[in-house]
Amino acid sequence: MTEQQTAPAPPPSTSGTPLVEMRNINVAFGGVHAVRDVTIDLFPGEVVGLVGGNGAGKSTLTKVLSGAQVADSGEILISGQHASIANPRDAKAYGIECIYQTLALADNLDAPANLFLGRELTTRIGNLDDDQMEDATRKVMGRLNPNFKRFTTPVRSLSGGQRQAVAIARAVYFNAKILIMDEPTAALGPAETAQVRNLVRQLKSDGIGILLISHDIHDVYDLADRVSVMYHGQIVDTVRKEAVSTDDILGMIILGKKPGDVTEKELEELELRG
Amino acid sequence: MTEVAGTAPEPVAGPTRPSIGDLIRATEVDLRQFGMVLALVAIWVALGIVRPGILQPVNFITFSVQAAGIGVLATGMVLVIVSRNIDLSVGSVVGVIGMCYAVMMADVFPATIGVGHPLAWIIALVAGIILGVAIGAYQGFLIAYVGIPSFVVTLSGLFLFRGLTWQLSGGTTVAPNDPTFNLIGGGPEGSLGGIWAWLLGAVLCVAVVALMVNSRRTKRKYGFPLRPMWAEVLVAGISVGVILAGVYVSNAYHWPAGLATAYAADHGIAEPPGGLVIESGIPMPLLIVGAVTLVMTFLATRRRYGRDVFAYGGNPMAAELAGIRTRWTIMKTFIIMGVLCAISAAIASARLNGGTLDLGQGYELYVIAAAVIGGTTFEGGVGSIPGAILGALVMQSLQYGLGFLGMNSPQINMVLAVVVIIVVGLDAWNRRRAR
Repeated sequence: MTEQQTAPAPPPSTSGTPLVEMRNINVAFGGVHAVRDVTIDLFPGEVVGLVGGNGAGKSTLTKVLSGAQVADSGEILISGQHASIANPRDAKAYGIECIYQTLALADNLDAPANLFLGRELTTRIGNLDDDQMEDATRKVMGRLNPNFKRFTTPVRSLSGGQRQAVAIARAVYFNAKILIMDEPTAALGPAETAQVRNLVRQLKSDGIGILLISHDIHDVYDLADRVSVMYHGQIVDTVRKEAVSTDDILGMIILGKKPGDVTEKELEELELRG
Repeated sequence: MTEVAGTAPEPVAGPTRPSIGDLIRATEVDLRQFGMVLALVAIWVALGIVRPGILQPVNFITFSVQAAGIGVLATGMVLVIVSRNIDLSVGSVVGVIGMCYAVMMADVFPATIGVGHPLAWIIALVAGIILGVAIGAYQGFLIAYVGIPSFVVTLSGLFLFRGLTWQLSGGTTVAPNDPTFNLIGGGPEGSLGGIWAWLLGAVLCVAVVALMVNSRRTKRKYGFPLRPMWAEVLVAGISVGVILAGVYVSNAYHWPAGLATAYAADHGIAEPPGGLVIESGIPMPLLIVGAVTLVMTFLATRRRYGRDVFAYGGNPMAAELAGIRTRWTIMKTFIIMGVLCAISAAIASARLNGGTLDLGQGYELYVIAAAVIGGTTFEGGVGSIPGAILGALVMQSLQYGLGFLGMNSPQINMVLAVVVIIVVGLDAWNRRRAR
């Protein structure tokens, strides 16, 4: 929480044991092969951007990790250990938290109720301890967004950035090790997007591994250490950010080919389109 | 701390005089429910002006006992609607459980434990509650785990359980109930009278004040904003006043002279000149509806289950992703509804001294209307149990009052129909304006 964000941090190490490894994951809906033999990994303190067009399989892949979707085959390793994730509760037990564009909050409940949803603090006899939850929420939000004051109104009345801060506070409070962010800035204005980006850097420096899904190439290019591109359910390539340009990534998203494999003709078509 | 973008300096607030709106907000009272209390008072004041004779303790007791059966069910219907479901079967479930009570007491008990056994009412009630749990589990399972829409499942239940009522009874009224059971329905002997009513009132007053003091103490411990002291005292004072007024009204109604004379003769009491005066007190159905309201409010606001119900209603996907067992939550809600049907059936059948084929018929519509008038919305996630009780009281006040004025029941139903539309329309308009 100091002014260190201007100094570029060295890229996190990608040797040793990854925080998450998803190996040979397959998911099919009826005849549609949404995710086909996908293998990706994520290291502590690293942001991996997951990009691809609509229907490329990004969301389905992350749902497998968050427990919202069970894979047909494949294996998940957390810190090198085999993990079985059948539902969102299992995922949370492994320290996996998710932040979604819209799906994450119950609009009719206040910020503390949302932060603790499914994991409420209770008194000894099992009653909800709303005061303790509010107190904890005030402390976490005080770190993330000191201007946040509306702890007892339904989150419906909050701005997009404030709502996203509540979702992020959830991950912070429960000491997430692995964070999945699905289009975290899609519904936000420029100032709020900047806020969320700052939060992502802060979480990254705490050693959290972040899987970032975004349509916004600039979001990804700005925050990610590595970028994995998906095309029709498969990984086209995973590249270090420094090794490629945003145009290279765009080419992979649209054509589904590595930069070296793209022919002159395709490049011309791409430029015509772009 | 890094300065976060978009920070504006707080506008400096001058010492302005608080408006009436600010003062009401300071009490942290739910404005919608406050408005309903005002509406309730307005209805009775209007009735009192048109027919001063209606403002008697006996009328207040009768009307609230009539509202009790609906009120008990409405507390559960709130949770059903909040979780984006509906239960159309409650009337028929009340019918079939009521008939079970009657068959047990009229046919089974006389041949086994005898009439007037002190445990008769408990055995009957427990059996009814078990039946209610079974029916709720059956419907809840189909809705939550099989995935059939609640409208369809409970519409089928509406026919199924009314049909079962006929099958059970052989197509006739079954009577009489055990006399111990009939006390559940109220009446002079089924009431908590005189000193006991005052004692209960006192306990409730102490509990209300203790809860408020405790809540303030915790808030202070955490350093949260507190209600101003005058607001605390005002809310506490009004609560205590309402409780004591209720006890006073219920005790102001005395046993009918004939019944008191018979009681005196039975207990060897020499009747004083002018007749024995026995204060009637709080009828059993009101005690039941009060207890049900407390328990259901507690479940809805202080327990995980209630939080899960409201979260699911607000955003089913978010609830699922938060790791809530949403299917089990929905099934539990219907099981609770079944238990409440058993309680409501006990009140209704005890008042009739038996089981009739049409017991509970049409309840579903009154119950849903009470919940909706009380602020429960069909978009899900919004609803209040005390609100639903107020809704039941408003509806029953109109029904009773208009009947007292000489309207017949089809006319009264038309008035209620208009009232439901006005209340819900105002709500919708209010929400759109607030957005």
